[in-house]
Amino acid sequence: MMNYFPDEVLEHVFDFITCHKDRNSVSLVCKSWHRIERYSRRRVFIGNCYSISPERLIARFPGVKSLTLKGKPHFADFNLVPYDWGGFVYPWIKVLAETGIGLEELRLKRMVVSDESLELISKTFVNFQSLVLVSCDGFSADGLAAIAANCRFLRELDLQENEVDDHRGHWLSCFPESCTSLVSLNFACLKGEVNLGALERLVSRSPNLKSLRLNRSVPLDTLQKLLMRAPQLVDLGIGSYVHDPSSEASNKLKHAIQRCKSIMSLSGFLEVAPRCMSAIYPICGNLTTLNLSYAPGIHGNKLTKLIQHCRKLQRLWILDCIGDKGLGVVASTCKELQELRVFPSDPFGAGNDAVTEEGLVLVSAGCPKLNSLLYFCQQMTNAALITVAKNCPNFIRFRLCILDPVRPDPVTNQPLDEGFGAIVQSCKRLKRLSLSGLLTDQVFLYIGMYAEQLEMLSIAFAADSDKGMLYVLNGCKKLRKLEIRDCPFGNAALLEDVGKYETMRSLWMSSCEVTLGGCKTVAEMMPSLNVEIINESDQTEFNLDDGQKVDKMYLYRTLVGHRKDAPESVWIL
Amino acid sequence: MSSENGKRLPETDAAGLNFEATELTLGLPGKSRVTSDGGAKLGSKRGFSETVDLSLGDKKDTNKLGQTQSQIDAREAAPGSKAQVVGWPPVRGYAKRGKKSCKYVKVAVDGAPYLRKVDLEMYNTYQQLLASLEDMFSCFTIRNFLNEKKMDQVNGIEYVPTYEDKDGDWMLVGDVPWQMFVESCKRIRLMKNTETVELAPRTPPKWSRRS
Repeated sequence: MMNYFPDEVLEHVFDFITCHKDRNSVSLVCKSWHRIERYSRRRVFIGNCYSISPERLIARFPGVKSLTLKGKPHFADFNLVPYDWGGFVYPWIKVLAETGIGLEELRLKRMVVSDESLELISKTFVNFQSLVLVSCDGFSADGLAAIAANCRFLRELDLQENEVDDHRGHWLSCFPESCTSLVSLNFACLKGEVNLGALERLVSRSPNLKSLRLNRSVPLDTLQKLLMRAPQLVDLGIGSYVHDPSSEASNKLKHAIQRCKSIMSLSGFLEVAPRCMSAIYPICGNLTTLNLSYAPGIHGNKLTKLIQHCRKLQRLWILDCIGDKGLGVVASTCKELQELRVFPSDPFGAGNDAVTEEGLVLVSAGCPKLNSLLYFCQQMTNAALITVAKNCPNFIRFRLCILDPVRPDPVTNQPLDEGFGAIVQSCKRLKRLSLSGLLTDQVFLYIGMYAEQLEMLSIAFAADSDKGMLYVLNGCKKLRKLEIRDCPFGNAALLEDVGKYETMRSLWMSSCEVTLGGCKTVAEMMPSLNVEIINESDQTEFNLDDGQKVDKMYLYRTLVGHRKDAPESVWIL
Repeated sequence: MSSENGKRLPETDAAGLNFEATELTLGLPGKSRVTSDGGAKLGSKRGFSETVDLSLGDKKDTNKLGQTQSQIDAREAAPGSKAQVVGWPPVRGYAKRGKKSCKYVKVAVDGAPYLRKVDLEMYNTYQQLLASLEDMFSCFTIRNFLNEKKMDQVNGIEYVPTYEDKDGDWMLVGDVPWQMFVESCKRIRLMKNTETVELAPRTPPKWSRRS
């Protein structure tokens, strides 16, 4: 029946399908659907920038308007990847510019973004509206200035956790007077000063501004003025928040905050004095998202008093100085909680203020909607994990990090196999899992057996033998990303089923037992994979013996063969 | 920072002390990672001597947990200290949670008429810092102990990067893990090579390009 519809009708139907996975499925139905889908695709997601080339992207999707690209492997976040490994966006921008693509939105994660790239974007794409950079580096305030100055219809400039050289804060002044289209401005990660007057004027002339996240250089009185000018804000990131609660300035701030009845998301507090927190109580009742993970020094009572006002919270990011008792308050207050992240306030220290398994159990009992967890803790027990699994069968993301990487259950002295086993067995929708603590091959048997929806698995300092890795590779049919460090997995595991890697986005193995010979074998057998060996030691030390263990291996599927931009420390087999 | 770091560099490299024999590394339960030459242990092939204070034993020493006796001893000996391994715990270096962001220190170069300031929090590794300093003081070359061949000597003068730590001592840049350096560094001085002849280390700093 569908064959008799003109293309425009099908296209109209496809417009309602926005998720890229669904669109990928649509394109596989038949040739005409493939054709119609590709011309109508506007948003493209590329999980690994080296899996495809910009030329081929444009050949298939000439109408692309929004591009998402991811570069470095996840472990780059933890300094395991050389800073010059790759992930440059400039080649993409250059090709898009040259072929006349009308790019409107660019979202990049862990990529190297040069000022040149930003300038090229700002000068080429007339209708450019949205720039989102997450964990990127390579640019300075000059690049931001170009974006500000030239993108006449800019709606979104969202900088999250980037390494930016912003010694010169002039970029904010580069937004022309004619720029009134801003909806979202996030510069919380910038360390330098900004022109406060320019910021105030910018906010004043942006009636559509819904999201504003400031950096720590923005003082309190400016914050107050900004809030007075933008009471329609939905998402606020406070920079510096230090004031004397009894002062005039504090009163003015309270008044300004109270006018902002739409704020649902609050973050920042990059600099904060705990006694000032009461000024924000009036808006806490509306909050669905609260991120205090950058706020040092709010402890105990002040924190729990704050949380007690936040009855509608769905997402909470916090430091572990909240303690188990504080998590108990979260459990009894935040019944709508879906996502919890507890970060270590002192990752290398003795961890006096910290959370244990008790806090997690309390939250699991009190918050039945919990489906996403990132939890850094001192210790964990099997009993606790089993209880959590029973209380919260809806986990989609479960990431547990016990600060001492090989710590067993302190009560029974057993590995944590049973605890994690309970999690994977109970949480049938689990897509992402990170393990820690003392773990044997057994936990991987459980994962292979039960974690049917698992897409991403992170393993460190675990397992006894190759069997562990084999259980996972054989069992987890939907596995896309596997990252392993410091585990005794060797060539036997690596080579058992090399075809599997073509069904995945990538595999990372560092400080394992795989050898150069094993990696070479994978590369020979699978030309559709790039197998990269990262070796950061002095070149003369690195010998070419196949029996040599490989420090870091990163392999990924690709349609475009070896990349040409790898640095000296990366060898592509 | 933990005082249990196994890497102690004594004042003098005396009496043929074999550092590798005393070097402690993180091992896995039940698995010995020591190779016969001692130098190629995976656990020690790290950018920094952020490797850990758990020592290895023979397989026969493992208990039912697969932990070696020496691992247990080490853990008991240092109850408060955390194992310090590169990239662990997996928290983003960027996220200076709980810590003051923005650490500007003065940088002096012997022979330059004025000082500069750098924000140490802007960098993640020694490599990045020194690259930036080289840019700032582009007429000088900074001595890079582990990559001698990379240096091009413009005017034949090398500079050794040193810093003043919290105790007021002048230290060679590169011996301690990056984070530890950032916390303890008060100011940086690029010393002219001639002055540092006495300081020239027989063991180069642990930092290398991979960090």
